[in-house]
Amino acid sequence: MNDVFMCALWFAQACIAVAMLNGGIRIFIGPAAQDRILALDSLYMNGMLMLLTLGVSSQSTAYFDMALLIGLFGFVGTVALAKFLLRGEVIEP
Amino acid sequence: MTQTALPLWVTIPGTVLLVIAGLTTLVGSLGLLRLRDFFQRMHGPSMTNTVAAGATLLTSMLVASAVAARPIIHEVLIALFVSGSAPITSLLLVQAALYRNKARHSGD
Repeated sequence: MNDVFMCALWFAQACIAVAMLNGGIRIFIGPAAQDRILALDSLYMNGMLMLLTLGVSSQSTAYFDMALLIGLFGFVGTVALAKFLLRGEVIEP
Repeated sequence: MTQTALPLWVTIPGTVLLVIAGLTTLVGSLGLLRLRDFFQRMHGPSMTNTVAAGATLLTSMLVASAVAARPIIHEVLIALFVSGSAPITSLLLVQAALYRNKARHSGD
């Protein structure tokens, strides 16, 4: 049963890698700036999922902190970029 | 590498949840890549934000609890944060896209 679990883990990692590739393609060909920001948001979320699956496969808890930090800073970055598109500056005086 | 053999109550739900997470991530990113409009493309990554993240976090919780032989639930932190921050991100992006579309169509 452990082998089936490892196969499912590899399947999930392959799917997340393909999803990150799709997000990278959307960053390059995105027609507007908001498309690129949306693709960057999806890219950091996929990176967080990839770190979590790596933590499952290596049975270590060190990956959890990295995933939490990626979630935090990715959210801050996306909000800052969207605010810049909306107002023209990030922190208003 | 010293890997503990996982018990059966971890591997059966873990396999199902990991397959669900992988398929949902793939479908969401294909939607991000192939849909026509920005407001249609918004819907793809939200699948990743909810279903795939939840399934992966549940699997991580199960495996960590089985390895440490006690309940470990600190993945709930990521789940709470992601489910709280995804609507804010979507709202801000939609506001920015509406503003930019309006500014482009009004001719300035």
